[in-house]
Amino acid sequence: MKKMEIPSSENLGRGHLACAGCGAAVAMRLALKALGEKTVLIIPASCWSIIPGPWPYSSLRIPVIHAGFVTGGATASGIRAALDIRGHENALVAVWAGDGGTFDIGLQSLSGAAERNEDFIYICNDNEAYMNTGTQRSSATPYLAWTTTTPAHHPKENPKKDIMAIMADHHIPYAATATISYPEDLIRKIEKAKEMKGTRFVHLLSPCPPGWRIPSEMSVKLSRLAVRSRVFPLYEIEDRKYTIQEESLKEGVPVEQYLRLQGRFSHLKSHEIERFQKMVDEQWERLLKRARC
Amino acid sequence: MSEESDLPQGGSKMKRIITGNQAVAYGVMLSHVELISAYPITPQTTIVEELSELCARGRVKAQFLKVESEHSAMAACIGASTGGVRAFTATSSHGLAYMHEMLHWASGARLPIVLVNVNRALGPGWNIWNDQSDSLSQRDTGWIQLYCERNQEVLDTVLQAYRIAESISLPVMVVLDAFVLSHTSEAVDIPSEEKVDGFLPPFAPKYPVDPMKPVSYSGITTPEYYLEFRYKIQKAMEEVPEVARDVDHQFRSRFGRGYDLVERYGKDEGEVLLVTSGALTGTARTVIQKMAEKGHKVGGVKVKMVRPFPSKEIGQALQGAEKVAVIDRNISFGVGGILAQELRAGLYHREKKPPVFGFVAGLGGRDITPDVIEEAIQYTLDHSRPDGDILWLGLKK
Repeated sequence: MKKMEIPSSENLGRGHLACAGCGAAVAMRLALKALGEKTVLIIPASCWSIIPGPWPYSSLRIPVIHAGFVTGGATASGIRAALDIRGHENALVAVWAGDGGTFDIGLQSLSGAAERNEDFIYICNDNEAYMNTGTQRSSATPYLAWTTTTPAHHPKENPKKDIMAIMADHHIPYAATATISYPEDLIRKIEKAKEMKGTRFVHLLSPCPPGWRIPSEMSVKLSRLAVRSRVFPLYEIEDRKYTIQEESLKEGVPVEQYLRLQGRFSHLKSHEIERFQKMVDEQWERLLKRARC
Repeated sequence: MSEESDLPQGGSKMKRIITGNQAVAYGVMLSHVELISAYPITPQTTIVEELSELCARGRVKAQFLKVESEHSAMAACIGASTGGVRAFTATSSHGLAYMHEMLHWASGARLPIVLVNVNRALGPGWNIWNDQSDSLSQRDTGWIQLYCERNQEVLDTVLQAYRIAESISLPVMVVLDAFVLSHTSEAVDIPSEEKVDGFLPPFAPKYPVDPMKPVSYSGITTPEYYLEFRYKIQKAMEEVPEVARDVDHQFRSRFGRGYDLVERYGKDEGEVLLVTSGALTGTARTVIQKMAEKGHKVGGVKVKMVRPFPSKEIGQALQGAEKVAVIDRNISFGVGGILAQELRAGLYHREKKPPVFGFVAGLGGRDITPDVIEEAIQYTLDHSRPDGDILWLGLKK
């Protein structure tokens, strides 16, 4: 198999404020390689509002517009229009939002932009809770996970929202999942998205050591186990056509291997792990069914 | 909807009979706005509809983003203005309230966005009619606020607004009354494109987004620096009255008409001065003239600029007044009429402080007839001091 060239450019400078082992820092570094220098990045409120560092410093070596929490889709629409009017049609507009700014408070703005098929790449950096404000639950928080607003004796009540299905049903040209443990896959998908026009959506899973209650050296391993256990399958939807990556077509490993390594699931009893496994299996079947349609 | 033949060519010697909302649309057209982002709400809707029509016909060469909410409308304007283009939106009432968070953002980001707000009541209960509480309850957001009495003033103020906004790098809210102006036709002179181009040059943004310049906008600003940014905004606000006067002066020389920030009208010697803003002023002028003819010593003050609050100009306008009556078509619960409250604060440092009679009337579109205004003035004439901080007019028993 031909090895892919990872771009050597580094547009994430040193001295940023990310936690040790931050999945989102690895994710941003890789994403910036794929996005390239001629990118205008919109960052609604999220961990990455803080990580670049305080005024007057920034560790991001591209133009960045920090935006209100709600407004990823809308701000990007405005920037895109302005750049086009001013002759920068070949500049790329990208949004880097968290799961809060995508699944919850930002969903309306994203949905509106997607319905209008606004021309930008939207990356949802999903660490599965409102991590920047201290790990409160979002609708991206997995079933039964601990967060500060879903404590262990009353953990997350409902399964994670299926954001890929929601985005696909907006009839956008491209949606894909990606995660840090498969860097070539992540870069390939963003580079592919770059060649298209319209609303392109990337759902990027980034483990968070303080929020997932894991040691800081476990981020990449857990990202890989998320894929291998089919909790987070790697796939693309291009004009309604599904492609599931080979890695996800391999037989899934038991989800217990994934859950047991995380403090946020340490309160789970065996019957709950079984329920979780069942849900993962059902979700996988549902994905296969949709892929076949 | 306007037919092709109906669309104003501008600059004709004849005036056109148009509504306040149409005046807004033509003001936007003449301002060469580049990005419009708006969400419909009664009674702003005909602005959005007229602009859609003008865009579709190529008369307005703007990109029109039909966003899914007012919050997104302002966010898109913020994005566009940051990107370096002239941006516009319009809304009313709940739409403005929904935008509230982003109003703060626009001024904090020093963006010269112009927003037209059609003054409408806030619910519950649902009420689509004339009321100033929506715009006045946003007076802390760092936006310049300009109120209009007539449709001509509406069109002219949109043009002036972009000049002011872009000079000082602060957003401007142009306000007109629901239905009384927005949906009522008046004779309006629509200036020619050439004449307006001579008055309003293209937007020259200071720090537009440049894909090849890696700078960050609006990032985290710690206590070590934030205070100085806020100081700069206040300083900019303090320059606004002079900037606005200068812009109006240039407008007058070019177009032969203009608008004071604060206008004193009627008799020079006023026992009672009635202060109003918006379309209500038109009715007030008639009542004051009638009462003056009957021998009463009454005059009027029209407040056009509410933010920044023009205390110096108001102080000058109220010179010699023994008593001041204010009619507020709005209320701040727990305090009373907002203009009255601001006026009292503005007069506080004066040695001679006339008593301020704060009338609240016309909320939710209750008609403020000449009789109602006369009642307020007569009450003020008949009393040495007001019987309370809030005097309700027209309240059903």
